[in-house]
Amino acid sequence: MADVRAETPRARTLTFDLPGWPGHRAGQHVDVRLTAEDGYRAQRSYSIASPPGASRLELTVERLDDGEVSPWLADEARPGDEIELRGPIGGYFVWEPARGGPLLLVAGGSGLVPLMAIERHRRAVAPEVASTVLVSARGPEDLLYAGELEGAAVVTYTRTRPEGWTGYARRVDEAMLAEAGPPPEARPRCFVCGPTSFVEVVAEALVALGHHRALIKTERFGATGG
Amino acid sequence: MPSITRGFRRREPGGDESRLPPGQHLVAGFPVLSAGPTPHTPTEAWSFTLDGEIDEARRWTWDEFRALPAEPVRCDIHCVTSWSKLDTEWEGVSLDTLLDEVETEAPYITAWCDGGYTTNLPIEDITDGRAWLAYAYDGRPLEPEHGGPVRLLVPHLYLWKSAKWVRGITLRPDDEPGFWESLGYHQRGDPWQEQRYWGD
Repeated sequence: MADVRAETPRARTLTFDLPGWPGHRAGQHVDVRLTAEDGYRAQRSYSIASPPGASRLELTVERLDDGEVSPWLADEARPGDEIELRGPIGGYFVWEPARGGPLLLVAGGSGLVPLMAIERHRRAVAPEVASTVLVSARGPEDLLYAGELEGAAVVTYTRTRPEGWTGYARRVDEAMLAEAGPPPEARPRCFVCGPTSFVEVVAEALVALGHHRALIKTERFGATGG
Repeated sequence: MPSITRGFRRREPGGDESRLPPGQHLVAGFPVLSAGPTPHTPTEAWSFTLDGEIDEARRWTWDEFRALPAEPVRCDIHCVTSWSKLDTEWEGVSLDTLLDEVETEAPYITAWCDGGYTTNLPIEDITDGRAWLAYAYDGRPLEPEHGGPVRLLVPHLYLWKSAKWVRGITLRPDDEPGFWESLGYHQRGDPWQEQRYWGD
């Protein structure tokens, strides 16, 4: 681990030097495995936050209170620590410019991580591809990458809002997706990521609005992120 | 010898880990990890087809399927994303019941599903009491999020082989990689040999 930086009170980005890393595609993840002194091992999957081509691999991890691995990554890990990583993994929830646009990236909480890798990749190699980033966060202290998204993402806060907030203040629904995102006729490539209940609602809403099922890709966080 | 992670220790109290394949952990809920929107097929529109390298294709409507002999199934399930659940309870029709009605020498099958999902299996992995078409989970009709109205259930392999929203099985002479098998996941997926990805 080369570097650690806080993103929010509950989440940090961990930066790794990985000589021999084969490269990855935007949207992929890695399996992280930790081993305790008594030999106890735990492994979980984490999405890669850094875009392809970045010199170092970045993971953004949010602490789950009853998690087994995320508390160590989000609170304890420090530069110089060594962990076991396997990857990159995942061949479906990926985007590269050849897959076209426009993009509609819809994130629930820490579901923003793989979508940010996609957005960073787009900005770096295909800025002419239009994208809409729609993020649902509980409150301003939960919004990942707030500075980087400033003015470039549509945010909805579901529990607490900043003073003077005039933006969306409810769960993502059909009306919000219709207002914020491209219409189905534009055939946007839709990527939805977050807790499974969030993804279920959003995917159903996109289908109901007329977006083609084959253009909607989902990645759901079950208990695997703990 | 894996390196020890500084400062890491077990948090969860140990469960019955002797029943867990390598690299798995127990979860309380039932995660959903589908790659696209959930199909919703009403039972009136549902049918199951057995075709390919057999004497004659067979098709069952929902009523015909539910009239077949069924049985309770209690099994452990293991997802490649590392979660496991023990003693899950299902109800389903054994694949043996359907395959007993046909003649085939096909060595492989492809299960195909609403929404476009497919998975491939050697026929031995779905016969001799190893697989079911499951329509109920935990005493209730199987919900669409978990693959309802009917999913394949093959508990001795990673759960991606237990194809959700299954609508048919095609018997084949060759082993044709399915959805995840084409995207980096192992062709067979035995959790006890930790066959998660290509090359494992």
